[in-house]
Amino acid sequence: MNARAELPVSAPGTKADTGYIGKSIPRANAKRLLQGRGAYTDDLRFPRLAHVVFFRSPHAHARIVSLDLSKARQSPGVIATFDGHAIAEYCTPWVAVLSHLKGLKSPAQYAVAIERACWQGEAVAAIIAETRAQAEDALQLIEVEWEELPVLTDMELALDPATPVIHPDLGDNLCFHRDFTTEGVDDAFARADLVVEDTFHFGRHTGVTLEGRTIVADYNPAQHSLTVYQGTQAPHMMQDIMSRHLNIPEANVRVVTKDVGGSFGIKVHVYPDEMATAAISVMLRRPVKFIADRLESFLTDIHAREHRVRTRLAATKEGKILAFEIDDLTGIGPYSVYPRTSGIEGNQVVNLTGGPYAHKEYRARLDVVFTNKNVTCQYRGVGHPIAVAVTEGIVDLAAQKLGMDPAEFRRINLIPDDAYPYTFPSGLKFELLSHHQCLDKLLALMDYTALRAEQTRLRGKGIYRGIGLAAMIEVTNPSPAFYGVGGARISAQDGATIRLEPSGMVTVLVSVTEQGQGNDAVFAQIAATVLGITMEKVKVVTGDTEVTPYGGGTWASRGAGIGGEAVLQSAKALKSNILDIAAAILNVDKGTLDITGNEVYDKLTGATKMPLSEVGRVGYFRPDTLPMDFQSELTVTRHYTPRGYGFTFTNGIQASLVEVDPDTGFVKLLKHWVVEDCGTILNPMLVDEQMRGGIVQGIGGALFEECLYSADGQMLNGSMADYLVPMAGEMPDMVIAHVESPTKTSELGAKGAGEAGTAGAPAAVMNAINDALLPLNARVSSQPFTPEKILRALGKV
Amino acid sequence: MKAPAFDYARPASLAEVFDLLDRHGDEAKLLAGGQTLMATLNMRLSQPGILIDITTLNEPALTGIRSDGATLSIGALVKHREIERSAPVAEQVPLLAQAVPHVAHIAIRNAGTFGGSVAFADPAAEYPACLVALDATIVLVSRAGERKVPARDFFKALYETDLQPGELVARGEFVAQKPGYRSVFMELARRHGDYAIVGVAANGKVAGGVLSDISLAYLGVGGIPVLARQAMAVLEGQAYSTELVGAAQRALANDLDPAADLYSSGATKMHLARVLTGRALAALAEGA
Amino acid sequence: MSGKRQTAITVNGVTENHAVEPRMHLIDYLREECGLTGAHAGCEHGVCGACTVRVDGEIVRGCLTLAVATDGRRVDTIEGLSDTGEIADLQKAFHEHNALQCGFCTPGMLMAAQDLVREMPNAGRDEIREYISGNYCRCTGYQAIVDAIETVLKARKEKSGASPALKVVK
Repeated sequence: MNARAELPVSAPGTKADTGYIGKSIPRANAKRLLQGRGAYTDDLRFPRLAHVVFFRSPHAHARIVSLDLSKARQSPGVIATFDGHAIAEYCTPWVAVLSHLKGLKSPAQYAVAIERACWQGEAVAAIIAETRAQAEDALQLIEVEWEELPVLTDMELALDPATPVIHPDLGDNLCFHRDFTTEGVDDAFARADLVVEDTFHFGRHTGVTLEGRTIVADYNPAQHSLTVYQGTQAPHMMQDIMSRHLNIPEANVRVVTKDVGGSFGIKVHVYPDEMATAAISVMLRRPVKFIADRLESFLTDIHAREHRVRTRLAATKEGKILAFEIDDLTGIGPYSVYPRTSGIEGNQVVNLTGGPYAHKEYRARLDVVFTNKNVTCQYRGVGHPIAVAVTEGIVDLAAQKLGMDPAEFRRINLIPDDAYPYTFPSGLKFELLSHHQCLDKLLALMDYTALRAEQTRLRGKGIYRGIGLAAMIEVTNPSPAFYGVGGARISAQDGATIRLEPSGMVTVLVSVTEQGQGNDAVFAQIAATVLGITMEKVKVVTGDTEVTPYGGGTWASRGAGIGGEAVLQSAKALKSNILDIAAAILNVDKGTLDITGNEVYDKLTGATKMPLSEVGRVGYFRPDTLPMDFQSELTVTRHYTPRGYGFTFTNGIQASLVEVDPDTGFVKLLKHWVVEDCGTILNPMLVDEQMRGGIVQGIGGALFEECLYSADGQMLNGSMADYLVPMAGEMPDMVIAHVESPTKTSELGAKGAGEAGTAGAPAAVMNAINDALLPLNARVSSQPFTPEKILRALGKV
Repeated sequence: MKAPAFDYARPASLAEVFDLLDRHGDEAKLLAGGQTLMATLNMRLSQPGILIDITTLNEPALTGIRSDGATLSIGALVKHREIERSAPVAEQVPLLAQAVPHVAHIAIRNAGTFGGSVAFADPAAEYPACLVALDATIVLVSRAGERKVPARDFFKALYETDLQPGELVARGEFVAQKPGYRSVFMELARRHGDYAIVGVAANGKVAGGVLSDISLAYLGVGGIPVLARQAMAVLEGQAYSTELVGAAQRALANDLDPAADLYSSGATKMHLARVLTGRALAALAEGA
Repeated sequence: MSGKRQTAITVNGVTENHAVEPRMHLIDYLREECGLTGAHAGCEHGVCGACTVRVDGEIVRGCLTLAVATDGRRVDTIEGLSDTGEIADLQKAFHEHNALQCGFCTPGMLMAAQDLVREMPNAGRDEIREYISGNYCRCTGYQAIVDAIETVLKARKEKSGASPALKVVK
């Protein structure tokens, strides 16, 4: 009976049957997407649907002297026109601050600007019409008189006393400042044999989800209820926000998230135009749809990054890192973004820089400043791509100055695998990481020695290849310490409800949403494994606040680790209840029974006792046959909150192999390797695909992507022709391997995997480019590494 | 991003096209594949009163790839993909055959037309540079009949050509590649199918290592495709050598004065044009 | 003058009769007039490839094609190719390789992939990457898509090259 273990979930040191966990099972919900039969929000149909478009400021900073919507109102098909004042009567403004980011400040932000626009693209009026095209026709008839105001685009000037303050009430252009230092940092730099320094620049990125932000708001005046169909990562968060800012009771607001065409952090924020759409539905008492078209997406989807980080590292001549020091400046646009704030990315850079290493001293300074560009906020990786690039860039520079191999230099300095639990100088606590196992595995996987030999040989022929390494840590499964403690009404816990249907099938309702990463699939795998049933018996339902338990949703690499544990606990409870019924029916001791293959069996004899459909039949239709004091409970709900650690950290290491053409400055990506430790692997194929997709998103930032602005705050490349996302032709094949160190904070043991690729890839590519350029005495540290920047570094232009 | 309202006509003959052009004047735009026009319409960068869809015109003057051995002509309505698949083009106008795969992506090449690209005259596009390098002839047609313009005179300024009101591009005529001549098309684009930072269309005779009748036309370096006459003069009748290449690269300073684009300064474009020149000449000389 | 025009377009083998404004592009036509929501408008300026559909057998950008310009022509979409079974092997390979995550690019990607499989049966990985380089996918990093297409190319080649005797076995 060994094959029929009671709890078929892997336990350390055992060879227990792991069921579906750890198997590469294709996602059941992908089939509809493969036939073009998904249900993205724009695929839904509504009677009397109206379409809203927004008139957006053409100026980066300007006062609205007058706004005349009368001609637009007369345009064919137009139903209504509203300015910011009209919308504000139905939707209250918000201020995006968190109390644990001390001193963070931001002005009140309205759904539609009421007095002035603070970035190019900020909505200042809404047109509602029968069709989108008619609404756009009317946009052209709006007459506005603007008074242009001083524009701040260069974040380096934001704190200069001579620079005008964007929000005079706030006193200055500083959104948030943080200083962190350990006691011995000055001493460490003073006694170091080597101090290296460099300044790293990171361009502004945006997510470019292929599906634009989409919302349909449908207000029912009879019930004073609002149903919102929205491609969002956090339905319950949106329910709370819609409820509070539109003054509709929470229970009357329902947020439904069907298929979502990519999120990556873009769809986890409150967008003024989406709030306005909901308000307009209330005002017009009919369903209203807004889709951010591609040009609007570039101007209004959150941007991210745009950091300048001065970095220093102190080391001994033996190659021991003593200290890191950073000074990070980031420009976030004119508002901190609601409700997560725009202080988090910089804060993460402070928290995470130096992350993989065993140094004791650290100093960081962070200035988050307002500018008149689009707002920035949390986007895949959140601070990690910066912290990792800064760390790994300066580490490589130190190794180079010491004449040490970069892999060897890392081996000397990575936190030992037996040092856990470990407290990092910035105060973070690591439960269990595996840097050295990952490094060893990576070097073997890529055949590092052979690659180095080949590199040397090719250099003799004038071919410049580079190998770049990037070790990293990553925040996953965040506890309430991330947002909740700062006052944000963002759930850190998630829940799963599991119901045995009379037919023996199982329905699993989870508060975490699906955005294509495969949450639904792994929830089904966990439920089927725990319950001893086959995959096709499991149906997963997510993305409906009226149906699922309450929870946080999908962000910060938390879906599988937190939602998965809730499913695990819920399935365990349901299984116990099923066996209670079976034991009552059979009049045997419950401990003799278990479930496998959709059937209850006798653990002692292995004999099948009854199918789950029989449990369902009796439990639902013939409970009269059960003992008088027995009540069957075939629906159970369990929740899970990560506790004990602020974050469940993962670790990993990436390597990039590139070839740089020193005549053209072009970089060819030849290959990429990753060894990642995300704890228990629920579905290797899906984890690997998270890595690969994330890596390419990271490569985008390293080589191609940057939101370019003119000095007067005009975005210069706001189209897909000009903002360069990675396409198939230039991307490398990627080899992924794993070390598994399950977290003990949950029974499942799974850590997050969604952002590691994006976090580490830019650093690996940067180090590879610099490794290739080393014999040419050139170095780059400003992302994206365009051909021109590389040619400049080479002194060719 | 919905196009503004416009009217649409699908004339059955050139005569009808001319009538429509007469009637609507500046309000009319020709739809000849629309792979650029449609994008500008969706962005409301252009608001024509009427689109005259000529893509289905069945007029011999504007359709088909024809060759009499000495001259190959490509009709304005021939799609990029047809050029890509054409054996006569590959044989007789190899420069163009090398350039076509760089034109955007297959779904675009299935709809975009030769004439549309020529008439739109994007200085970063591939065909105009090839036409200039090959000293091809552009045949224009109006109610008054046909008019032939050398490609080297056709492109006037940024998006400005010799096309007159009431006139459309009928076809391009290319002298079939002569014995001893070679062609090389190269461009540097950061992603496959993007408009290039800079590109070169090179053609000329190579005999016993001696270069003659070399033409070099550059794309992405100015308002129009630029013929590098000074560099070409340096090369004329000279044996290929690294010194010669260096001299030609230096001479480009007198031929090109590239303006910056979003990602590359004029100086970078100049540098890259020189690099491409070296590579193109090496490829010509080596017959690669 | 810019009023609606009657069109008759054969969509997935069925003649659809709708009066549409000349400015309506083919994707809005398919989605709004025909109720076929498989093809997606990703950028509406011809770059992302999410709107890839077939017109008279050739893949085109639906957002750069006017519905009125396809009057009298044949349009095939992901729904049609799914129902005829034409791309069943590609869909299976995409599923098994997880060559999609959010799925928004997938209909366009499959249209391009099927075109590739028909046009270049001997394509290698670099050629596959080049062929689909006009279709943007933010989720996968492309490798799984390349793997899936490569698998189908091999399978179709084996199938077409297999002897009749071998075919009988299954």
